[in-house]
Amino acid sequence: MGRVAFHGVTKRFGDAVAVDDLTLEVEDQEFLVLLGPSGCGKTTALRMLAGLDEPTSGTIEIGSRIVNGVEPKLRDVAMVFQSYALYPHMSVRKNIEFPLKSRRVPSSERRALVDEAARAVGLEDLMERKPGQLSGGQRQRVALARAIVRRPQVFLMDEPLSNLDAKLRVQTRAELIELQRRLATTVVYVTHDQVEAMTMGDRIAIMNAGRLQQIAPPQEVYARPANLFVARFIGNPPMNTVTGRVVDDGFELPGGVVPGASGTLDAMKARGIAEVVIGVRPEHLRVDADGIVPATVTVIESLGHERHVICRLVDGQMIIVRQASDVVPPAEGQTVRLTTDPANLHLFDAQTGERLDLGLVGADGPAAELAGS
Amino acid sequence: MAIESAVPFSATVDVAEPVTTTVAEPPNRGLAKKILWYALLTFIALVIFFPIYISVVNSLLKPDQIARRPPSFFPSHPQWSSYSKAWSQGHLGKFLLNSAIVTGIIVAFEVGLSIVAAYAFAFLEFPFKRTLFTVFLATLMIPFEVTIATNLDTIVKLNAYNTYVGLAMPFLATGFGAFLLRQAFLQLPKDLKDAAALDGYGHLRFLTRVVIPLARPGIAALTVFAFLSAWNQYLWPLLVTKDQRLRTVQIGLGFLRAQQIDQVNVTFAGTVIAVIPLFLLLVVFQKQLVRGLTAGAVKG
Repeated sequence: MGRVAFHGVTKRFGDAVAVDDLTLEVEDQEFLVLLGPSGCGKTTALRMLAGLDEPTSGTIEIGSRIVNGVEPKLRDVAMVFQSYALYPHMSVRKNIEFPLKSRRVPSSERRALVDEAARAVGLEDLMERKPGQLSGGQRQRVALARAIVRRPQVFLMDEPLSNLDAKLRVQTRAELIELQRRLATTVVYVTHDQVEAMTMGDRIAIMNAGRLQQIAPPQEVYARPANLFVARFIGNPPMNTVTGRVVDDGFELPGGVVPGASGTLDAMKARGIAEVVIGVRPEHLRVDADGIVPATVTVIESLGHERHVICRLVDGQMIIVRQASDVVPPAEGQTVRLTTDPANLHLFDAQTGERLDLGLVGADGPAAELAGS
Repeated sequence: MAIESAVPFSATVDVAEPVTTTVAEPPNRGLAKKILWYALLTFIALVIFFPIYISVVNSLLKPDQIARRPPSFFPSHPQWSSYSKAWSQGHLGKFLLNSAIVTGIIVAFEVGLSIVAAYAFAFLEFPFKRTLFTVFLATLMIPFEVTIATNLDTIVKLNAYNTYVGLAMPFLATGFGAFLLRQAFLQLPKDLKDAAALDGYGHLRFLTRVVIPLARPGIAALTVFAFLSAWNQYLWPLLVTKDQRLRTVQIGLGFLRAQQIDQVNVTFAGTVIAVIPLFLLLVVFQKQLVRGLTAGAVKG
């Protein structure tokens, strides 16, 4: 029942395209995260789903009906705003009750529903306070309670944790997931924070410049990014990406040649690909005397449980190596050689930025072939 | 209070308070600055208060005492009878009632229409919104005197000459009110409108349940301004009425002065009576008025 679908949805504001031909489906009871940098169109997509903006073209479905042109209040969705959007002049109880009042729910039933929603988020003792007398976390709970009190088909959340401090954010993240499971409801959750996306989403839809880049479970987005944008956006520190020329025996990087399987190389040449971007995650790089690519260590950042070794290739490009803290660190200024297990390499088309293993060298990707070469 | 602390433009009242600016300075310098501020404020307050005080004093003196030089600043034998004379001989009861009716109509319409106009400018999207708003603003630049002949002509043609309607009509809608309240409404978070839409509230109920309660300081300020300007009108009521029964208190005071040319104290008593409603209004709305005036001025 709580299924949501966008079919070729485009939203223009004047000449600017905020959402460009968005097609995606959210399953009933799924926790879908819309992730992307600011201005990528994720909030616009959410607002169109809520009925606060109308799409320029395309259709939006909630449940089994098309909701284009349907008023927000008739869409059976509830939204939690980044600013919480609580009514400052009303008590917590009145705030939670507000959506029920407009629907003319009888007062005895209303009271029971409000108490239940308040209990679900632990607000029972604060019911007569005004929002101005609450902490950020408590306000956030009121916003949640106001959304759940209506028992909507779909919850829409627009960066609901971004105004909380780091500690509270971690706690609330877990509570939100718990709440979603308990209520067994569909959630569409907008954020620019990849940690939120990775930890909360059943699937993540990554958007950039109005276009959907990839939609997949968190682990897949991390392990097999569909393009360079996703590769660089997901992961902290981000994936290292270096442009390499396709040569006879592999990919030429500044300072060395990474070997490539002949099948892969032939397929690339056949498609006229002369340049690729090679991506490798910082945790997959090792400092090794027999490594392929030389680099100079510039800075070492220690985080306690791990450290980031920041290096520069011979042409000045930055590469980050993530090391466990029990590995002996190189010295700053030292020239080291870097290597990786070829299975961990990602290849992208230098022109289009698209991932290159799809349909090119089979399910295991070019890395498997690289390993065999 | 909670509501006030949550209203976006609430915290602006204390901004001008000198104490807060002197925290880091040596105590003596801070104190000197404070004394200077208070001395200045006291002086300004005295300058403003003096004519009012003199009016009250003069209303309680005998006519020959008023003419005496040096003037008397304190009535040794207050003549309270001048108040009853002013009330009965000046027919102030009737005039005050007329003023109250006309002012009531003007305030109700001006505030009501300003609220809906400001709502449209603040929350709705429609073609030529900016142009229309500029036109609204432009009306603020036109002095009332310029329009007086046209207005009078219109009122006569509408058969509203010498009626309450004629007295009130030119002031029922003002660009100023729409402008003032638009600014107040724009201070409200935009998300509230969206939240209310999802909660099932249309424009009218969002206006009455959310916007008006939250913009109370601005609305109160407009109410006071509207009341003051309506109550103190002189020229228009004089032009548009010919009948004694319809005249307002300011014109009544003019008559009183003409009648009691030898008893200035009675005129002063009448003036004091006419000011009492304004005084009460300011006492009631004082807090809101200050807030309404400073709102927006400090923000941003």
